[in-house]
Amino acid sequence: MEKMLMKGNEAVGAAAIKAGCKYFFGYPITPQNELPEYMSRELPKNGGTYLQAESEIGAINMVFGAAGAGARVMTSSSSPGIALKQEGISYLCGAELPCVIVNMSRSGPGLGGIQPAQGDYFQATRGGGNGDYYTPVYAPASIQETVDLVQEAFDVADTYRTPVIILGDGMIGQMMESVEFKDIQKRRLPQKDWALKEHVEKGSKKLINSLYIKPEEMEPHLQKIFGKYDVIKKEEVRYEKFNCEGADVVAVAYGTVSRIVRNAIKKLEEDGIKLGLIRPITLWPFPFEAFDEISPETKAFLSVEMSMGQMIDDVKIANAGRLPVEFYGRPGGIVPKPIEVVDKVKEILGGAK
Amino acid sequence: MSIVFERTRGMVDMPLHYCPGCTHGIIHRLVAESLVELGLMDDAVCVSSVGCSVFTYNYFDCDAYQASHGRAAAVATGSKRVLKDRTVFTYQGDGDLAAIGTAETVHAAARGENVTIIYVNNAIYGMTGGQMAPTTLVGQKATTSPNGRSAELQGYPIRVCEMLSTLDGTAFAERVSVHNPANVRKAKKAIKKAFEVQTAKQGFSIVEILSTCSTNWGLNPTDSLKWLEDNMIPYYPLGNFKTPEEN
Ligand SMILES: Cc1ncc(C[n+]2csc(CCOP(=O)(O)OP(=O)(O)O)c2C)c(N)n1
Ligand code: SF4
Ligand SMILES: [Mg+2]
Repeated sequence: MEKMLMKGNEAVGAAAIKAGCKYFFGYPITPQNELPEYMSRELPKNGGTYLQAESEIGAINMVFGAAGAGARVMTSSSSPGIALKQEGISYLCGAELPCVIVNMSRSGPGLGGIQPAQGDYFQATRGGGNGDYYTPVYAPASIQETVDLVQEAFDVADTYRTPVIILGDGMIGQMMESVEFKDIQKRRLPQKDWALKEHVEKGSKKLINSLYIKPEEMEPHLQKIFGKYDVIKKEEVRYEKFNCEGADVVAVAYGTVSRIVRNAIKKLEEDGIKLGLIRPITLWPFPFEAFDEISPETKAFLSVEMSMGQMIDDVKIANAGRLPVEFYGRPGGIVPKPIEVVDKVKEILGGAK
Repeated sequence: MSIVFERTRGMVDMPLHYCPGCTHGIIHRLVAESLVELGLMDDAVCVSSVGCSVFTYNYFDCDAYQASHGRAAAVATGSKRVLKDRTVFTYQGDGDLAAIGTAETVHAAARGENVTIIYVNNAIYGMTGGQMAPTTLVGQKATTSPNGRSAELQGYPIRVCEMLSTLDGTAFAERVSVHNPANVRKAKKAIKKAFEVQTAKQGFSIVEILSTCSTNWGLNPTDSLKWLEDNMIPYYPLGNFKTPEEN
């Protein structure tokens, strides 16, 4: 297929439609508006339905209704709106409903700002709503990868009957890059025999539910869900490891920030310093295994984030006390420059090498 | 011997968990009988809410969702948009619908979602133990209005049918009661009509049913029926507020 130039938000929509998404429930918020706008334009042409909800709470509960009826369904928002969706996400997890939720995140807390930020890492990777649950979280670093991961996300959602989150940021949503809509390898997906159908099968009452009032039923329900998480942790972890062999410092960065770290790697090369990069593609499950092998030359890990430091907690767990774990972050909507990362690496190494 | 009364086949054969004398049970039966008589029972989709009626999904013999508190109309919207030919209805209490779920309800009506809302107004938060609801009458005692609801402090109860009938998307809105046999019969007629409006794809339909809560009103079941008649009906007048024009 030919390559075309697309804005991130629109590319998400195009990829979702290609993946067979037929329902989209939206609500306006910057910086993701091009996605619901695209869906309102394109989904009806592809036999689908776009509906603007009264709020993000309304939208996520419409997702609950449509997902329970077996539809491929998506919703999107940005940080404050994703906060409102948390109750719904918790219910979706409890009722084991598949769907894809896109967060083109901005800064917070509160109304925060509309520039790119990564302050929603905890919210995305630690459940975010009430109760015991996780959702797979994909963090693309380019528009091409966004397109590929959106398609993958729908399959993962259906395979495990779980909501899946695509965590981008204002940069991913707004920038334009050339993309190609490749046919991703199709998974063999389970039948949705649990879902409500257009035509009722007699004698098989379907129930979409997260209520288990008896503790002796709730406990096995959770154990079953966590059994799926064990499989997801084994099968679905994705990451990229770059330049780590013999690196002086290994940076850990996802999404937009990983691109900045790549530029810093080039600049540091000129000074004879080797910076490696571990780029988690799934934030949950976090790629702990990427940290298993550390070169003897490596003196520290450096978590680089557009936040006050959230992923660093997972980096510390992965590091398990072996090396110092350093942090460089620009929160509040400021995108760090490569030179800032360069300077931080040099500082860690005790000045210019 | 001929059968003069039997369980409706629209309900599963199991004991209801409601308090003795609670009119939720009557309303369940009316909804199930209506669906069965209209030939819609197998096709029906029940969206249960959070309140005393949280387990309706067990009782109605049809597919069901259990929605989060107040969001039933949004869940019904998502479901009906996919399952266009099925009869989707919610079953919600007054706290669920008229407080936490106000936005979802008003906008489902405004969009003219082709779903039916069974709205059980007992002027109290039943399940959580009798706190003041958005529908609690001025002067009515509740655990969070121990001296009676004060209009000055807590404002006024909401008349949902009147409010929703101002919206163009609402096709059918009627308030009924189940405090005596004559009204039970009228209630069933309204419920049937609401489902017919949905079958005819005419838009949003709601039946508000005035209901008792002996346990939290602190009255016996008979006195509760009387209290409903004497106190609720004057504030919540029975009748049809909107119905599609016959053509
Ligand atoms: C988000 C949330 N808030 C509060 C509750 C607690 N809660 C359970 S039932 C209920 C009120 C139900 O009252 P109503 O809708 O009037 O139904 P009734 O029990 O009177 O039939 C509340 C507040 C909850 N389950 N979820
Ligand atoms: S608490 Fe009230 S509404 Fe709930 S079952 Fe008992 S009587 Fe009915
Ligand atoms: Mg109530």
